[in-house]
Amino acid sequence: MSPGAPRGGRFDTRLEARRRAGVRFMWLCRLAVAFGVASLVVLLVSLAADGLPALSFEFLTSYPSRFPERAGIRSAILGSAWMLALVAVMSFPLGVGAALYLEEYAPTNRFTTLLKTNIANLASVPSIVYGILGLAVFVRFLALERSLLAGAATLSLLVLPIVNIAAREAIRAVPDSLREAAYALGATRWQAIRHHVLPAAMPGILSGTILGLSRAGGETAPLLIIGALTFIAFDPLSPMDPFTALPIQIFNWTTDPRGEFHALAAGAIVVLLGVLLMMNAAAILIRNRFER
Amino acid sequence: MAPEAVLETVGLGVRYGETRVIEDISLTIPTRRVVAFIGPSGCGKSTLLRCFNRMNDLVPTARVTGRVLFRGRDLYAPGVEPADVRRAIGMVFQKPNPFPKSIFENIAFGLRINGFQDDIGDRVEASLRAAALWDEVSHRLDADALGLSAGQQQRLCIARALAVEPEVLLMDEPASALDPIATGRMEDLIGELRGDYTIVIVTHNMQQAARISDDTAFLYMGELVEYKETQRLFTNPEDERTEAYITGRRG
Repeated sequence: MSPGAPRGGRFDTRLEARRRAGVRFMWLCRLAVAFGVASLVVLLVSLAADGLPALSFEFLTSYPSRFPERAGIRSAILGSAWMLALVAVMSFPLGVGAALYLEEYAPTNRFTTLLKTNIANLASVPSIVYGILGLAVFVRFLALERSLLAGAATLSLLVLPIVNIAAREAIRAVPDSLREAAYALGATRWQAIRHHVLPAAMPGILSGTILGLSRAGGETAPLLIIGALTFIAFDPLSPMDPFTALPIQIFNWTTDPRGEFHALAAGAIVVLLGVLLMMNAAAILIRNRFER
Repeated sequence: MAPEAVLETVGLGVRYGETRVIEDISLTIPTRRVVAFIGPSGCGKSTLLRCFNRMNDLVPTARVTGRVLFRGRDLYAPGVEPADVRRAIGMVFQKPNPFPKSIFENIAFGLRINGFQDDIGDRVEASLRAAALWDEVSHRLDADALGLSAGQQQRLCIARALAVEPEVLLMDEPASALDPIATGRMEDLIGELRGDYTIVIVTHNMQQAARISDDTAFLYMGELVEYKETQRLFTNPEDERTEAYITGRRG
């Protein structure tokens, strides 16, 4: 035994009290989970009760109408689909390209650090602010009018920071040993990125993009600001057409004083939630498939 | 007669930000010999190794001063393409880092990016044979490289490096992640490659350096302390720091 080894101190281990404190804390955590699950169940059950009766094939394939029994969400579904496709086409290359530049090419200095911090701030800017920006820039200045393109461009601004941050995190998570392996064989920067960094980061980039898109699919405020219409009785056929979208249609119906339309709104909410849940499920599937 | 030099450093220094890692190192790597760098952790031996294929370029804060000559040509001169340097001076890392692809694709990648004009399949086989891996994987070239054992993965990394015809092979503690049997095979392989390639190997393991190398350089705190034929360095060290390290009294 070493001469300095401490010996002979008194301990009150209170094992039983410590064990009970652990059990108490576990029950507090369980309560927190139960609260979340209960709110979700209440939400889904009340939505289903209100919304499911409104759901029918005709509801999905009819245009809106001032007669509740004939009104449907055909143009809103098509508008949302157009919108999400356009947002994906705009935000994916821009968001991922900027992420690749910031992570793989740009030097780390005060300017790029400032840039990254500001992108994080952009992700938390309220969506209505993007709506006002979209109205000024896309609708008025670029004279896109109240078109699908103007709406999609506005939502892309909203989604870009989300895609960019997710992509940067995915790119950062690619181990340097993979880059070194490529460089050591004589790969140029682009060859290393194209063949190894991007494929390894793709699951993270894709699931981040889908989460961003599902955010865009549920946004209402920016579209209201730039003036999406609520009554569209035709199919939007080009990006320059005026449009409506599911959240707009829901907003419109819930503000209608006639109760019959509230049931339609609940039906549209069920459809919107279903679409968003499927998108999130797709994000999880993609992540799991690539991650082995 | 002094053997022909493949690599030569003149007053080489490397800083990471404010930290000096190696300073004023001048040494010559003779052609087709196995040279070992030994020294305690943090002595700068890996940093020195990474100057030879400009791997330090990837560390944003790294600053290289002095000169590194490859066959008389300054590797850090303006106009030198790092990708070209790295094809001629291959590298194997401490932890096996095969690409998460098939065994075949691991070797084909280097060939494709460098515009290999002959038959890729033939070259894959030749490279795997040269790395003493062919017999173990010839029936499953399409299998995931990550399914190989650590020792096999490391030999695959060597095969991958040999495929693009380097003159020099840099090895950064290539056996430190391997068990004793895989380490033995790695040393056998280095023995087989000796004579065809110039090999510079960083190792923590002094017995390994004594077994496999022709010449040994001892680095201590960023400085080149002693560099001579391996046998002479281990039996008759001149500097007391070298002696303290190789006899296990310090480091």
